Amino acid sequence: MARATKSAEASWTDRYPGLGTGLVSYEDSISPEFYELEREAVFRRAWLNVGRVEQLPRKGSFFTKDLAVAKTSVIVARDLDGRVRAFHNVCRHRGNKLLWERTPKEETSGVCRQFMCKYHGWRYGLDGQLNFVLQQEEFFDFDKADFPLVSVHCEVWEGFVFVNLSDEPSQTLLEFLGPMVRGLEGYPFDLVSERYAFKADLNSNWKIYLDAFQEYYHASILHSQQQVPSLRSFESGFKAPHYQIDGPHRMVSTGGWKGVPRHMLPHDQMYPIEPLTEAGLMGPWQRPDIPELDPANLPAGLNPGGLDPWSISNFQIFPNFVILVYERGWYLTYHYWPTSHNTHAWEMSYYFPRSRTASERIRHEVTAVISKEAGLQDAGTLDGTQMGLESRVIDKYPLSDQEIAVRHLHKVTGDWVQSYLRDGRGVRA
Amino acid sequence: MSDSLLPEEFADLEPFAARWCIPGEPARYTARLNSTMADMQAFYDAAFPRVRDAMAYLDQFRLDELPERAENLLHLVYSFVMVSLPVEVWHQPRVIDAGTAYFDRYLEPAP
Repeated sequence: MARATKSAEASWTDRYPGLGTGLVSYEDSISPEFYELEREAVFRRAWLNVGRVEQLPRKGSFFTKDLAVAKTSVIVARDLDGRVRAFHNVCRHRGNKLLWERTPKEETSGVCRQFMCKYHGWRYGLDGQLNFVLQQEEFFDFDKADFPLVSVHCEVWEGFVFVNLSDEPSQTLLEFLGPMVRGLEGYPFDLVSERYAFKADLNSNWKIYLDAFQEYYHASILHSQQQVPSLRSFESGFKAPHYQIDGPHRMVSTGGWKGVPRHMLPHDQMYPIEPLTEAGLMGPWQRPDIPELDPANLPAGLNPGGLDPWSISNFQIFPNFVILVYERGWYLTYHYWPTSHNTHAWEMSYYFPRSRTASERIRHEVTAVISKEAGLQDAGTLDGTQMGLESRVIDKYPLSDQEIAVRHLHKVTGDWVQSYLRDGRGVRA
Repeated sequence: MSDSLLPEEFADLEPFAARWCIPGEPARYTARLNSTMADMQAFYDAAFPRVRDAMAYLDQFRLDELPERAENLLHLVYSFVMVSLPVEVWHQPRVIDAGTAYFDRYLEPAP
C-alpha cells in the first residue's frame, strides 16, 4: 500500500524560522531549578483553564481547583448575578483552606449561598465579601470590608473558565488566546456536554506527556495495535497534513489514517467491536443529528488547513490545556498540572452530545474505553522517557519535521522563562 | 425467573450476569484485570451475537427510566466493551506497553 508522504511544500518547521532545526535539550523537563522558574514565569503568568461553565449550572454553584504548581487552590463560583468569579481558597482569618470536603488535599464542588470556614465559622458571600465574623467585637479596629477573599483574575471563553494568577495579567484572555485558538469560536461546546472524566498521577514532567499527544509520528509504532494485524506497518508516512503555530499555541490537524476516516474502512480492516457497535477510536460512526455539528456549519477556524477529509483538530493552548475536536461530533480535553519537576497530575475528559438512547450511550462507552487504552500506552512509556532523560547520558536530541509542536513547546517555555528573568524579578524561593 | 438479573429475552446471558453486570468503569476495569483470558473469551463469545439485540431492546426505554433488569443488561454490554479489547487486540488483560499506568475514571454519565 502506498504510504502518505510529506507534501512537496516547504518544511513546516522552516515556516517558523524562530524555531530553528537544531538539536533540542530537555533539561527543562529534568531540572528542579528550571521547574521553580517555570512555576513563576509560566504558571503564574499564563491564563489557565480550570473548568467549564457546565460545572456551574446555577447561582451559588462552585468548584475548587487545586494548583499545586502555584501552591494554591482557587474557588470558582457563579455569583448571585450569574457572573463567574474566582478567589484564592484561603480564609482571611488564620489562613485556613476555606473549602474542602473529605480532606483538605481533595477538591470539592457544590452549591451554596455563602462560603463558611470550618475553623472559626467566618462566612463570605459569593462575591468574596466577608459577611460574618464570630464575636466580631473582640477584634481590634476591625472592618469586615477590609477582609474580602483574595480574588483571582477570571474570564470565560466559549464556556471554558480561565484564571490568571498574576497581580495584573499582561494580556486579556482573548489577546492571550489569539486568532488561531479563537478560530474555535462558534463550536457548539454547550451542546456537547456528556462528560467522561479521568485523572492520573504520572511520573514525568508535564511537557513530556504533552509532547506525546502533539505528534502522530509515534502512532504507528507505540499504537501499532490500533490497526488490525494485516495493516500494521512501521512505515506509516507523514501522519498529519496540517501544522500551525500562533504565539505560544499550536495546532495539528489529521485527515484519517492514510486519508481514510476510520468508519469508512472496509470492515475486515477493523476490530469486530467496531462494526458491531458502529463506534470506535474516532467516535461513534454516525454523527449526531445536531445541525450545529454538521461540518458545513462548523467554524472555519476548526480546520484551518481546509483538509478534506478532515478527522481531528488538536489545539494545544499554552501552557497545559489541549482540545481535540473530532469530525464525528465530539471533543476531548487534556490538562497537565505539574506537581514537581518530574511528576504531574493529568486530566482527560471526553465530551459527547447528550445520549438520547442506550445505543448512543453504548457507542460513547466504546469510544471512551478504546481511546483510554491508547492513552495508557503513552502514559506507560513516559516513565521510561523521564528516566532516560534524567540519566543525562545525552544532552541534545533531534526532532523531525512532524515533531514541530514538540520543538515549539520547549522553545516557548524557555522563551517565557527568559523573558521573566529579563524583567529582573527575582525568583521566589 | 424471579431471581434473574436480566430481562427474560436475555436468559441465555444469565450465567454471565452475576459476574459482569457491573456499574461503573473502574469496577469493570478491575474485573478485567482480575479475569483470565478464558473467562473473558467465554463471556465475549456468548455476548457478541446478542449485543445488537441488547441495543435494540434497551432503545425501547427512555434512557433515564430503564427498568432494573434493563439497566443490568446495559451494564453487561458495558462489560462486553471492556473485555472486547483484551480479546480482540491485546490477547491479555492488560494493555500492551502500558507499564503501570492507571487512569481513574472519576466521572461518567449514568446509567
